[in-house]
Amino acid sequence: MIRRFITLFCLAAIATAASAQTKLNGAGATFPYPMYSKWFSEYHNQHSDVEINYQSIGSGGGIRQVLAGTVDFGASDGPMTDAQLADAKTKIYHIPTVLGAVVPAYNIPGAKGEIKFTPATLAGIFLGRITSWNDAALAKDNPGMNLPNVPIVVVHRSDGSGTTYVFTDYLSKVSSDWQSGPGKGTSVKWPLGLGAKGNEGVAGMIRQMEGSIGYIELIYAEQNKIAFGTVKNAAGQFVKASLGSTTAAAASAKMPSDYRVSITNAPGKDSYPIASFTWLLIPAHNADANKQKIIVDFLNWMVTEGQKMTSQLTYAPLPAEVAAKVKATIAQLK
Amino acid sequence: MNSPHLKMPSFSHSVRDEAAGSKVFPTKPASLITSGSGNSMDQLFRGALLLSAVSVLAIVVLIVSQLYLQSRLSIHQFGWSFFKGQNWDPVAGDFGALPFIFGTLVSSMLALAIAVPLGVGVAIFMNEMCPRPLRNVFSYLVELLAAIPSVIYGLWGIFVLVPLMRQFIEPFLAKHFGWTGLFTGPMYGIGMLPASVILAIMIVPFISSITREVMLAVPSPQREAALALGATRWEMLRIGVLRNARVGIMGGIVLALGRALGETMAVTMLIGNRAEIAKSLFAPGYTMASVIANEFSEATENLYLSALVEIGLALFLVTVIVNIFAQGLIWSITRGNTARSH
Repeated sequence: MIRRFITLFCLAAIATAASAQTKLNGAGATFPYPMYSKWFSEYHNQHSDVEINYQSIGSGGGIRQVLAGTVDFGASDGPMTDAQLADAKTKIYHIPTVLGAVVPAYNIPGAKGEIKFTPATLAGIFLGRITSWNDAALAKDNPGMNLPNVPIVVVHRSDGSGTTYVFTDYLSKVSSDWQSGPGKGTSVKWPLGLGAKGNEGVAGMIRQMEGSIGYIELIYAEQNKIAFGTVKNAAGQFVKASLGSTTAAAASAKMPSDYRVSITNAPGKDSYPIASFTWLLIPAHNADANKQKIIVDFLNWMVTEGQKMTSQLTYAPLPAEVAAKVKATIAQLK
Repeated sequence: MNSPHLKMPSFSHSVRDEAAGSKVFPTKPASLITSGSGNSMDQLFRGALLLSAVSVLAIVVLIVSQLYLQSRLSIHQFGWSFFKGQNWDPVAGDFGALPFIFGTLVSSMLALAIAVPLGVGVAIFMNEMCPRPLRNVFSYLVELLAAIPSVIYGLWGIFVLVPLMRQFIEPFLAKHFGWTGLFTGPMYGIGMLPASVILAIMIVPFISSITREVMLAVPSPQREAALALGATRWEMLRIGVLRNARVGIMGGIVLALGRALGETMAVTMLIGNRAEIAKSLFAPGYTMASVIANEFSEATENLYLSALVEIGLALFLVTVIVNIFAQGLIWSITRGNTARSH
């Protein structure tokens, strides 16, 4: 009996030693966390000797950690600034992974159908210039819609977030008053409104409060069946956010070689205008060459096999031409 | 190995013998009187206690120095105007902490104003009036309030308190007390008032538990004397019990205040997170703890981070100042009365 235990114990010890796992650590953006966590576990299933830990501590934290060199890779919903890149000890590559869209969600008593928003009405509402749902500007874009005389309650994120970055980046592009006023960032000084924590906080507040409007991730709105409007894009079309229109926006944007591109207000008649890439931040050199090899292998898997898994989690996949370009970039990492 | 006295060699013996390079085990039975181990154990105990006491001091010093070091950039940039500034604009890189200090103080004070009468009332009821079988149930329920995680309070606040506020309480207050200017403006159900109410509920158990204990400690001759002088029940409570217990009750209030100043999660879910100083309690506000929790994870600019850390430093300073003030208040209330409190 005892001997059998000893044998088992030895076997177990050998097994652990044999599968000496390589552990990679990453940290950053919360928005793509469900996708990354699926990818990392799937990759682990295929390569049992590799374990990738990812902590969704926020894009800001991801950038800080990768600059400090405490993680093997970072992740961010907004591209790093030139100043941040200049701070880095080694070159940091931005690798786009998936796309997200941000939608204007609302709760208007008695309104049926989708409300159409133009850049002017969206900026007007969030600047506090349009204060009632029956405002003439809104009524003009939504003929036949019974918009009530209810005051608009603006809800925004209270926590710093990539969602806020994308939404304010869009408003800055379409409204000069917004650009010179609140500007763009993960947290901005909102001209008015209530702050709620997280997508779930904003969605919860919208649901409860009649006349409210806020911005949330497309995935969140779809999964929780929250009403959201269409937005007029740069080509003058009212487009509803979907995986297709988000990928279309990415395909129509001009891609720079470092991938640090904003695809809000993208050209093309099918493009949804409030969309963004999310990036993995990969240092060009890792002290452990073996780790870098694994990262490269993972990235190659991510842009090919991994992209096939995106739609089941309602993330928009990279357009084919971007994926091809990313593959070429990954080759430089070796 | 099996001689009985070897099973309990004193610590000091072994150490001393090892140090002397002689035998590891003592040959004589260890005895308190002969070996002097009691004395050295005392020394050891003394050292351990000193270490614990010093560690508290060291932690405070470390926290303050770390907060200071991390916020130097912001302190250098804004100086004292950081505490006076009302603008919080991460995009423009302009930071002022006044709305957060205001929000923290107002929400905590308002919470105290609600929770102190409630907590003391609960304690009086449980100690003096509650039928004995119900007392345990009540006491259990009140203590349960202290055990509920604050995120649960926040969720309850969003789903129950906020609609209640918006539909009934705020319209009522606006109608009857709107003239004060404290209850005006749009009624969101989210804002300073609901945040203070949730804080009040969270700190009631602190006040009531401590008040109960202190009231129990009041010697019963005090009550009997008051009753013998013809006091009514209320007068007996007021003169015989509460008057004597007030130092302890104040202590409980200070503890509750500490909790209210630092509470983050439930407050941030209900306060509306708006860095503005508004007179109306219906308006959204912001607290120091909330802004740190909200914005720290996504802050990338050095100055922004530094300003957030300085908010932490400000919170620390405000807590210290409020505590000193409360101690002063206790001292001024109890001056010359300490003999009667026990």
